Amino acid sequence: MSSTARPETHRAPRGWYKRNEIAVTPWLFLAPAILFFAVYVIIPIFQSISISFYDWDGLGEATWVGMDNYVELMDDRAFEVSLWNNMKWLVFYLLAIPGGLFIALFLNQTVTGIRLYKSLFFFPFVISQVVVGLVFSWFYLPNEGLLSAMLGWFGVESVNVLGDPTWATYGIIAAGLWPQTAYCMILYLTGLNAVDPEQVEAARLDGAKGWRMLWYVIIPQLKPATFIAFVVTIIGALRSFDLISIMTNGGPFGQTRVLSFYMFEKALSEYGFRMGYGAAIAVVLFLIMLVFIAYFLFSMWREEQGR
Amino acid sequence: MRSMMKASVAALAMAVASQSFAESHALSGDLKIFLDTSNPAPRATMEAMIADFAEMHPDLNIETTVIDREAYKTQIRNFLTADSPDVATWYAANRMKPYVDAGLFEDVSDLWMEPEIAENLASTKGAMTIDGKQWGVPYTYYQWGIYYRKDIYEELGLSEPSNWDEMKSNCQAIVDSGRACYTIGTKFLWTAGGWFDYLNLRTNGFDHHMSLAAGEIKWTDDSVRQTFANWRELIDMGAFVENHQNYSWQEALPFMVNGDAAAYLMGNFAVAPLREAGLTDDQLDFYQFPVINPDVALAEDAPTDTFHIPANASNKEAAREFLRYVVSADVQTEINNGSNLGQLPVNAAASVDDDKFLNQGFEMLSSNSPGGVAQFFDRDYPAEMAAEAMQGLQEFMVFPDNLDDILARLDKVQERVYK
Repeated sequence: MSSTARPETHRAPRGWYKRNEIAVTPWLFLAPAILFFAVYVIIPIFQSISISFYDWDGLGEATWVGMDNYVELMDDRAFEVSLWNNMKWLVFYLLAIPGGLFIALFLNQTVTGIRLYKSLFFFPFVISQVVVGLVFSWFYLPNEGLLSAMLGWFGVESVNVLGDPTWATYGIIAAGLWPQTAYCMILYLTGLNAVDPEQVEAARLDGAKGWRMLWYVIIPQLKPATFIAFVVTIIGALRSFDLISIMTNGGPFGQTRVLSFYMFEKALSEYGFRMGYGAAIAVVLFLIMLVFIAYFLFSMWREEQGR
Repeated sequence: MRSMMKASVAALAMAVASQSFAESHALSGDLKIFLDTSNPAPRATMEAMIADFAEMHPDLNIETTVIDREAYKTQIRNFLTADSPDVATWYAANRMKPYVDAGLFEDVSDLWMEPEIAENLASTKGAMTIDGKQWGVPYTYYQWGIYYRKDIYEELGLSEPSNWDEMKSNCQAIVDSGRACYTIGTKFLWTAGGWFDYLNLRTNGFDHHMSLAAGEIKWTDDSVRQTFANWRELIDMGAFVENHQNYSWQEALPFMVNGDAAAYLMGNFAVAPLREAGLTDDQLDFYQFPVINPDVALAEDAPTDTFHIPANASNKEAAREFLRYVVSADVQTEINNGSNLGQLPVNAAASVDDDKFLNQGFEMLSSNSPGGVAQFFDRDYPAEMAAEAMQGLQEFMVFPDNLDDILARLDKVQERVYK
């Protein structure tokens, strides 16, 4: 009715929201996520960084010590061991990707009951890491364990995998590979469903088979699955905490610690009262993660550009 | 006004209800109690004790929270600062120091001034004192010592050793029979701390041990090296079960039950699982850790578990009354008897239950520990020092040749911790 009263305007003046609707709405939808992401992720990152410059027992007054915590880290042998173990985890955990691929290729056929076999292979990923850790620590038991019995068949003397500082970390990684391989397998199984049968057919007509078929035709088509498998495996390797806690508790004498476990021990465990030092370890771990995160973001960005 | 009215009515009701408790002031409001006694038997004991206390104070609304014993050790930091209960369990000596220093525990020296407590709890006063003030009250303690398979000793014609040479010759005989002398599981490290405690207390004495705990003696000192040299004699002999770094203390029990190991240096809490596993009192016995250096007085480990009032508690009056109640002779007799905690009462006027091991332990601590009573490695030594040192002790037990490296490392930690 008012519009008829003022013929010079085409429409009634709109509210601020109406005028900016296109620009504002996405932010409104994003707001809850941004809020929670900021409160639970972004702000804590900066808090950790700031705590790492203090000497603080988590109870009393914090005193500013500047870079002292980092200087001490440089000279801390336990930190060095943890860092190396993290590297071992990053490298050997990646074995889950080829492992998962080959199991997926093996299971990607139509046989009666294949669904059952697939679920059996996927089973280790479904059970809790704590259970995996317990099962493997029994498997590794020096005298009663299955492993020492199996070694006995070949006349090899039993080894105390988890009690030996040189083998313990590899023992835990092997335990971690069991569920992780299953995870990668399921990613590849879905990936294989998306493989274009016409391309396979065409390759076959051109005489490709066996390894060449796999390498030049199948694997390139599985690239998205490989990327996701790589991401989850790297993240899994850096998060390896529960298995260590269950299987060795960081021992023997701290030789199986990784950075996340060492941080927990220094800052939060029964005897840990060094929040600043723990935060410094966390910052180092964060920087390592940042390298991978940056790489992941970069490849995703490139992907989008390519489209 | 209303609350005063309510309180006086309550007081009247109390006076009528229980003449025996005539002197009590009526307590009202809420009393939040946090317990770490999560194992079934201690939990039932504590709950029954609190129920009795609640019956004496009907106007008091008691809320008990039992937290898993291991989880409690990390949660205590949060609840002392954020959501404080009125009473909380913890441990004596250096283990309470971080919370005392941070002002999170209430000074209860006033309770220790009361004759009832001052006289009967004198023996544990030292363990509850920091900076000349008392910060809580003990409710139970237990002896450490060597629990052994009497039948195996008899089979080999051995008797309880009283000195180091006998201990070693006994051990040699046991090793020759194809067994290990001592079972131990060092996965969680503290069990190795027990061995160090005893070897150092016997080699260098109580005062030396406490000076080391206070950072006044270096780990590379010759006296400490002597302790490790003694320990090494046992290790080289094959005295300890193999692969002990894989086991928890409970997982080390079967070696003793199956007769693969003849003895266990442990706290009295090991008796219950050993009995449950089928060992009878004829098969199981106890002896005090033998003399190593005859020039030092015998001293023992006897860890004390305690009750504290957090500084942020809201009902401190009721909390104090609860502490008085817990340490009173009758309650002490009751909660520490064999069917409850099965440990030693802290009140001198309480009576020790008629149990073979409790009696031996009580006698040992009251008459044969002239050197002093230590708490335990991880309670006497500052947390950080204890954590690093116990890891070193485990490494030493597996690779005794690494000793120099371990001691040098501990010196470095010591420099930082006690600065």
